[in-house]
Amino acid sequence: MPGQAMFQLTGASFAHDDQLVLHDISLEIRDGEKVALVGPSGAGKSTLLSLLWKQQPDAVALCPQESGLVDLLSTYQNIYMGGLSRFSTLYNLINLIRPWAARREEVARVARTLGIEDKLWNSPDQLSGGQRQRVALGRALYRNMSVFMGDEPVSSLDPEQGEQLLIHVLQQHTTAIVAIHSPELAAKHFDRIIALKDGRIFGDWQAAELDLSTLESVYQDA
Amino acid sequence: MGGKSFSLAKGEKSKAEKPKGKKSTGARFRDLSLWFVLIAIVSLFFADIFLYQPDPWEEFTRIGWGMVTPFWPDANELLMSALHTVSFALLGVAVSAALGVLLAIWFHWRVVRVFSAVIRSVHEIFWGLLFMQVFGLSALTGLLAIIIPFAGIFAKVFSDIFHQQSSATVDTLAGSSRLSRFFYGWIPQAWPAMRSYIRYRFECALRSSAILGFIGLPTLGFHLETAFRQGDYSEAAAVFWVFLLLIGTVRFWFYKKLLPAYLLGAVFMLPEMPPVNASFVWQFFTQDLWPSPLLNGDLPGAMSWYGNVLADEVGPALIQTIAITQAALVLSGVMALVWYPFASRWLVGRYYWVGRFKLLVLRSVPELMLAYLFMLLFGPSALPAIFALALHNGGLIAFLLANHSQDASSQQRQDSPSGLARYFYQDLPQRYPAFLALLFYRWEVIMRESAMMGVLGIATLGFYVDSAFEEIRFDKAFFLILVAAALNVIVDSLSRRLRKAAGLKTPRM
Repeated sequence: MPGQAMFQLTGASFAHDDQLVLHDISLEIRDGEKVALVGPSGAGKSTLLSLLWKQQPDAVALCPQESGLVDLLSTYQNIYMGGLSRFSTLYNLINLIRPWAARREEVARVARTLGIEDKLWNSPDQLSGGQRQRVALGRALYRNMSVFMGDEPVSSLDPEQGEQLLIHVLQQHTTAIVAIHSPELAAKHFDRIIALKDGRIFGDWQAAELDLSTLESVYQDA
Repeated sequence: MGGKSFSLAKGEKSKAEKPKGKKSTGARFRDLSLWFVLIAIVSLFFADIFLYQPDPWEEFTRIGWGMVTPFWPDANELLMSALHTVSFALLGVAVSAALGVLLAIWFHWRVVRVFSAVIRSVHEIFWGLLFMQVFGLSALTGLLAIIIPFAGIFAKVFSDIFHQQSSATVDTLAGSSRLSRFFYGWIPQAWPAMRSYIRYRFECALRSSAILGFIGLPTLGFHLETAFRQGDYSEAAAVFWVFLLLIGTVRFWFYKKLLPAYLLGAVFMLPEMPPVNASFVWQFFTQDLWPSPLLNGDLPGAMSWYGNVLADEVGPALIQTIAITQAALVLSGVMALVWYPFASRWLVGRYYWVGRFKLLVLRSVPELMLAYLFMLLFGPSALPAIFALALHNGGLIAFLLANHSQDASSQQRQDSPSGLARYFYQDLPQRYPAFLALLFYRWEVIMRESAMMGVLGIATLGFYVDSAFEEIRFDKAFFLILVAAALNVIVDSLSRRLRKAAGLKTPRM
């Protein structure tokens, strides 16, 4: 049962380098909703996510496509970065030199659920693409927020693992807005599906009232 | 130098084992940095770092007062020396860039590469001291002192630039001569990169030209040195500000279209050229520069001559030169890492231009000028050299890092942390490979400069070179210059190997 409105856009447009990426977008996302953003690449999903993120930057665990992993730091530190805002600067700096035992425990727990516990002291440049994506998810999970925003967060994982991790991430957050490429995953695990095409909202459905063929039409030309 | 800041903690034994096998990139860079810090600390025990000036503060306040009360009695004189400075730099860069192109075309020949490496390994000041003995304080001395080392540098950099180009254009010219391939293919294609490097080198040439005044040529450095020596800090400040103004406003007074006019003007602006005595020049290069036992074929005599110079001069000079270099290298690194965030808008916010301005000033002032200033404060120990090298090179590296940091900001995540957390968790680790590459790139330059700073009286190679010239012992002076050159070639190749082994790319300057 969705609660009060958390994110709202009314007639929003967004241009990048004089090129209109989003046209006249109006939508409202309520507390407790799990929303999938679907649509062909270039439809404006990432831009829409970033607009929504700006409305509540301090309440959102973000998992963007450019994962922002820092290759010179260990996996532990890359996940810990999700929690930077919870601790004082001094505490964070000491953690860089010598990780706190309690935080190591917490981060190890996050890493365990992601299946990368054995990579905690490797740096991301030693990991595979799928493992790097899990580190990025780890950072988002360690942020401990009620809202998750992800941009293709499981695209580099194999379908089965990807689905499992997606379920886990959705369980850990009360509200979620996730750009996702697969219509099946969108229909199966989300309450609401918003389809974007050419920078406009093409459809906005409750998952229950939607069949896959409607959804697949989003990807067809004209 | 910040290496510790991203140490990788040991894993807890039971849960997360430390990975076996290859060390992570972060750990490798940290260890490499710590080795250099350790070497620098050891170096400090060898370097002469005592304070010879009992009360630096008194001198400091006098210099500070001078800086804010610049004064020069004869504006015409100052203008002339500024014009001389620009003339040497303009003609020096024009000729050396042309020579550099020619050398770069045949850079695949080992002999050309070695020749270029040798001529650029000798500092402008040393070339100046050498040519001064035969050509006096003439335009020729000043020009050659800039042209020779700069040609070697241009050759190397142009060759690197050619290598970075795609070969597609040149492939269509297959069958034509090497020269035509270069002038129709490589050079037009690489021209934007070459032009921007020549512009940067012009700034360097202005600095070189100015400091040639310290050995007597009629450029700004001459008046600066004289004023400093007489303790007239207001006059010194006037020269200093004129120099900074000159170098800071290049893009306002240098019009590309007027280049031929500028060059012609520069030729007329050059100081007098006394007639050259050809037989004297010949004798200088074939006789005077070489120890007489060697010329007479007296091998044991030559051995003992070299042995004496090695023990009495080369040994102590090398220890000072290397110690100062290593200490200055690490201090430059520390300065760069401390300063660059203050010049990056994404790290300090809107006052970043204050930091940028400071770095621009630091990188514009030649090391020798800074060292002279510090020498007045601390006396002729290694301290002024280390501080001057660290300030100039640290400022230069910090400026480039700040640019990298600003350029990368568009690729950073929207939810990047801010303040110190952003610096230590995100920006510093991301900049660190470029930082190390830049620092190792400057290693050779710092070595060259610290050898040269001896002319101020600091006991590096330059001090012994200068003394040998004063004693008219040309053979000894020349041998010491060769030692400095060899040291530089060694450091250059060491730095190249180290950068390769550490997987560091050639930095973007």
